[in-house]
Amino acid sequence: MASSTPAQPSNSIKDVFKSLQYGPAPEADNVAQAWLDDHDRSFGHFIDGKWIKPEGRKTYQTKNPSTGQTLAATLQGTQEDVDLAVKSSKKAYESWSKTPPHVRARHMYSIARHLQKHHRLVSVIEAMDNGKPFRETREADIPTVIRHWYHHAGWAQLMDTEMRGWKPVGVVGAIVPWNFPLMLLTWKVCPALAMGNTIVLKPATYTRLSALLLAEICSEAGLPPGVFNVITGSGQMGSLLASHIDVDKVAFTGSTQVGQTLRRLVAGTGKKLSLELGGKSPVVVFESADLDSTVEGLVDAIWFNQGQVCSAGSRLLVQESVYSKLVDKLKTRLTHFRLGDSLDKSIDMGAIVDESQKKSIDEFVEDARREGAEVYQATSCIPTRGCFYPPTMITNVQTVSRVVAEEIFGPVLVVLPFRTAKEAITLANNSMYGLGGSVWTENVSLAMEVAICIKAGTIWVNSHNMFDAAAGFGGYRQSGFGRDGGKEGLYEYVRPSWESRPRPSDVDLDLKTFGATIASRPTLSNGTKEGEIPLIDRTYKMYYGGAQKRPDAPYSRPVINPDGKVVGHVGEGNRKDVRNAVEVAHAAAPGWGKRAAHNRAQIVYYMAENIEIRREEFATRISEMTGKSMEDSLREVDITLSRLFHWGAYCDKYGGSVQETTLYGATIKIHEPVGVIGIACPDDYPLLGFVSLFAPAVVRGNTMIIIPSEKYPLLALDLYQIFDTSDLPGGVVNIITGNRDHLTKYLAEHQDIQSMWYFGGIEGSKYVEYISAENVKRTWVSYGFDRDWEDTEQGQGEEFLYHSIQVKNIWVPMGDVFAN
Amino acid sequence: MAARNPGVEFDPSWIQSVHVNLPATKRRAEQLGIRRTVKKHYQAAWELRAVTCIDLTTLAGDDTLSNVNRLCFKAKNPVMRELIKAMDVEDLGITVGAVCVYPNRVADAVRSLKAAGASHIPVASVATGFPCGQTPLKTRLEEIRLAVEDGAREIDIVINRQMALTGDWKGVYDEVKMMKEACGEAHLKTILATGELGNLVNVYKASLVCMMAGADFIKTSTGKEGVNATLMVGLVMVRAIREYFERTGYKIGFKPAGGIRSAKDACTWLSLMKEELGDEWTRPDLFRLGASSLLIDIERQLFHFVYGRYAASHEIPMS
Repeated sequence: MASSTPAQPSNSIKDVFKSLQYGPAPEADNVAQAWLDDHDRSFGHFIDGKWIKPEGRKTYQTKNPSTGQTLAATLQGTQEDVDLAVKSSKKAYESWSKTPPHVRARHMYSIARHLQKHHRLVSVIEAMDNGKPFRETREADIPTVIRHWYHHAGWAQLMDTEMRGWKPVGVVGAIVPWNFPLMLLTWKVCPALAMGNTIVLKPATYTRLSALLLAEICSEAGLPPGVFNVITGSGQMGSLLASHIDVDKVAFTGSTQVGQTLRRLVAGTGKKLSLELGGKSPVVVFESADLDSTVEGLVDAIWFNQGQVCSAGSRLLVQESVYSKLVDKLKTRLTHFRLGDSLDKSIDMGAIVDESQKKSIDEFVEDARREGAEVYQATSCIPTRGCFYPPTMITNVQTVSRVVAEEIFGPVLVVLPFRTAKEAITLANNSMYGLGGSVWTENVSLAMEVAICIKAGTIWVNSHNMFDAAAGFGGYRQSGFGRDGGKEGLYEYVRPSWESRPRPSDVDLDLKTFGATIASRPTLSNGTKEGEIPLIDRTYKMYYGGAQKRPDAPYSRPVINPDGKVVGHVGEGNRKDVRNAVEVAHAAAPGWGKRAAHNRAQIVYYMAENIEIRREEFATRISEMTGKSMEDSLREVDITLSRLFHWGAYCDKYGGSVQETTLYGATIKIHEPVGVIGIACPDDYPLLGFVSLFAPAVVRGNTMIIIPSEKYPLLALDLYQIFDTSDLPGGVVNIITGNRDHLTKYLAEHQDIQSMWYFGGIEGSKYVEYISAENVKRTWVSYGFDRDWEDTEQGQGEEFLYHSIQVKNIWVPMGDVFAN
Repeated sequence: MAARNPGVEFDPSWIQSVHVNLPATKRRAEQLGIRRTVKKHYQAAWELRAVTCIDLTTLAGDDTLSNVNRLCFKAKNPVMRELIKAMDVEDLGITVGAVCVYPNRVADAVRSLKAAGASHIPVASVATGFPCGQTPLKTRLEEIRLAVEDGAREIDIVINRQMALTGDWKGVYDEVKMMKEACGEAHLKTILATGELGNLVNVYKASLVCMMAGADFIKTSTGKEGVNATLMVGLVMVRAIREYFERTGYKIGFKPAGGIRSAKDACTWLSLMKEELGDEWTRPDLFRLGASSLLIDIERQLFHFVYGRYAASHEIPMS
């Protein structure tokens, strides 16, 4: 195979002895070519354990980007093909979900073994199809893939013990990108199969071969037909897959934009969704760092896989005192960078996946140049043919530049200085993304604090872009939600055992009119019967920032009991009340998140203590408002007390764990708060419903804005006296009363709310999911279905913890001892 | 050949600003061997280059004239003539970089090389209480002078580990400076005995201190420590060399020694030099491989390159 590195003028032994040049060092591609020939260089879909080539489909020619050589033709699937694949997976689900965990584990173990046997072939196919260096597929992609199969064979085996209370979801539709074709699909397939789901996979257009090869290998390893189907097609076919009625869960890795489209597409359908999206991950370098090692870390961060990595360290933040030194070192490093054919074993970087991607990268860089940025490119290493882009470093740019804010998805690094650690953290977090990041310093106290403060799903200390099956990978903010890998990743492929897949009826949602409301006007009747003494008028204020607040607009709504009697008035909240409450919730968040768990527990127990004192009063109020019997009302209060204890107990028992990755060192999983959560409570169980939702969120360090039961809001308002007497800091729990959907609209739209929980109707559920696409916030909605709040599984299951935390993994390599 | 390093004033602030992260350094070291590789005639050419950088060494209690003599003849003809001919590199005049012996054998080596018609190959002598350096400074310095008098053109000294481990870097500096003076025209290679320095920060500091004191080369190990020339340690030292060059403009040579046995290793070391310091540092004036059995493996690889089959060790002339 010819190398695409420039031909040397002369290369006799004598010449090379004198010049000590590198020569071509190609990996043989004969086995890979033979595999393509076995298929006549034309692939169908892999459905139900067979190759399916329906008539009349368009084809897509997949190419080797480093040579331009056409490798094979693949199909452009249609609705019919999607139907066939989903039908097959649905059928296979019947048996696979009932297959004993041990048997599923054996299947997955067998696939791991078979992949090992075909390690070289898979590595070569992947390198040829994508353009990435064979060194990387051999050393990184494929070993990670194999590790995932082994690791998840284990989860299959342990599902009954480790995932008690959870069950499979059904048919998973997975859509994956082209940057790590096999690795990223494996991140979906493994947990899905381990938990008893079946899966239909759509690989990316540019890189379909390794998925097809894997399907064949799975079949060779004995995986039953239909458990894992592969269909190829355009992005549009991806949408068809995601919106198929029998797909129960959509798992996506790719761009934020497409993720948002999918979020809207599946809104209100009751499907589960996980999104692993883009990033602009910071590499934070302090003056206390080993700068030479940092340079190599940057090679891993931004020039790994040509920079086409979701977690690429594309924003270099350097302490001003070592800024020039590091920039100079990077320039020097790039002078001996080598680009070339993906199968050449002497290269640092391969080809860009496709001309269109290269063009997009170039547009970003040219844009920066026009702005006056300094663009340093090592162009001398560019081969004469093939789709290559030089490693690039851009300085003299600032936060206002497009290249600093947006994901380029290419080998382009931007460099910005900072003065102090505090400023570094602020700059690192000055992004709509939150996927990864790294911290470089020899000061371990500094490293840990910065790692905690950066809002991202993975932080590497003195390293970057390390992955392992035992540690979940995924984002904060617009980098998505859900995790791939680790125990945390399993939750994306299960649902609580008591719950069946919600299948809400399709509603016509009018985005413009949803939540529109007109406040109440005076009426002639106040419900007081003739001859009765009027009650003392009770008008409850809202509660935020630890104080009672009048509504922004002085409107109020009557609260009416089952007898039609007005038992009080509450404020009619509007968008400004929401705005104010979000502000105070954010102000309270850092302090509350840092509170010692023991202290949070004390506060929650203290609430229970204070409610207990007023047990009868609360029960009477429930009874009066809802018409429930006193006995039922007392039970609601008692379960509430038990529930507060339950979550109080969890204050200091769910902080995270140490992950058993392949790293020599510690990979620390931290269950961080989600942030500021909007919660719309259900109508029934005015006390228990409210407490069941706020308590898990509060114990895990979140702050929140709660819309209490729309019908019976007074119980929640009674609680603020409890909060005040229980030492709950102001701003942690904020209560806004009014029309649930009207307030939900503004909460769900708010871009600084990290998650929205909505327990209400179908229309509102769909709205919340749909509109949350805007800032990719997490959602938890009921689709108009009730749950039994008294039941311990339904009212305080692990699901509540899942929604109250987000997982951050911090990788801390260790080592200083090397000799005596 | 570049201007010799005269050394610089001892600069404690420089020493204090050193940061080395072991896991990250190790990762880079592991990458070196897999990011670059040479095949076919490139590999042969690289292996020949490695031969010219070898300090062909014998450091044993039972060294006598006869085995030193054999070593010197091998030094002049390190690769079988038929292989040299087949590769068409006769006019490169390939010899090893130097012959390295104990002080007592310097005279033997000088005479042997003369007898082999290879007086241009320098004799290097270990000195200063090699390998432990636990002898009085006075005798250590005297040892250098005697070896130089006997004709050693290169002196491989060991640094004072007791001072290094107790943080007396000024003490290390002063001793090395005196040793440099004792060397006179002979080139000074300072052995850090990295396996006994405890951590990589000390390796980097020791490298800097030796260069400040005027070392012409810094060398990893005596070959007698528990851990010898690993790529990780080598990486730390060449990074120090790079920094010293950037600050002072003087080019210091590097010599990994101990445990380097395979041709593949030798090529990786060359690649390390090329990647981290540039082509200039891949020649014998700035790069040496301290080894005794490496040469045999290189010859066998070259044999395979030329004939397409592997030679038995006994078919290769021993050194």
